[in-house]
Amino acid sequence: MNLHEKRIPIIKIHDYLIVPIQVDMHDKMAIQLQSQILEEIARTRAKGVLIDISVLEMVDSFIGRMLSGMASMAAIMDTSVVIVGMQPAVAITLVELGLEMPGVDTALNMEKGMEMLERKLNNRKNNSV
Amino acid sequence: MLEFGNEIKCELLGKFIIENEYDIVTVRQTIRQFAKDAGMGIVDQTRITTAVSELFRNMYNYAGGGEVLIERGEVENHNALIVTCIDKGPGIENLELAMSDGFTSGMGMGYGLPGAKRLVDRFEILSKVNEGTSVRIMKWK
Repeated sequence: MNLHEKRIPIIKIHDYLIVPIQVDMHDKMAIQLQSQILEEIARTRAKGVLIDISVLEMVDSFIGRMLSGMASMAAIMDTSVVIVGMQPAVAITLVELGLEMPGVDTALNMEKGMEMLERKLNNRKNNSV
Repeated sequence: MLEFGNEIKCELLGKFIIENEYDIVTVRQTIRQFAKDAGMGIVDQTRITTAVSELFRNMYNYAGGGEVLIERGEVENHNALIVTCIDKGPGIENLELAMSDGFTSGMGMGYGLPGAKRLVDRFEILSKVNEGTSVRIMKWK
């Protein structure tokens, strides 16, 4: 596996961006991904982002902070982020590590994540009427 | 270079250098494999992989890199996986502070040391200003 060449795809479906993270990211890659997602939000005017981490075997403090930073930045851009598919071992480790991820929405899988985003968007529409 | 005593009988499994971000990823994957080979479950594999990731990042960010020893040894009647991280960086001035929860360094990130400590069964640290820092962690089933 060549770590230098891997790129994480950002897929647009209707109003959403789907980001399947399928590589063990080094720090620079995580920072790059963060700005790529923000650029895509601006370019596509996506209303929601689903970040799938189901194949990630480890989330350390850096990646954890990147994910929660991502959610806050997207919120400022009026977009919701949902992190989906975190493995149980990763969740256990994150809590033991002492990393809190305030304001980060999570869902068990892609389908539940999508439903969560739709609910959020509907709520927002109803509130603004 | 700060070294731990060798009171534990160890078998050396590997020796690696961390000098860039790719090394952090490759060596932490190697350690996960050793943990798997040692019969650790998925949660313990994740714990030790995450702990070393924090330690490697410290070595890389604060000391420009360092050396990693991976060993297997008998500790308190357990078959332990032992990872030692040695750097020749600036050292940590106040170890007690660095080991306390909520401490953040100048980069606003902290060393992640108390977190890493909670993830393993034994955690030892030696540090001397202008000489370097060595951290040895042990994990067993």
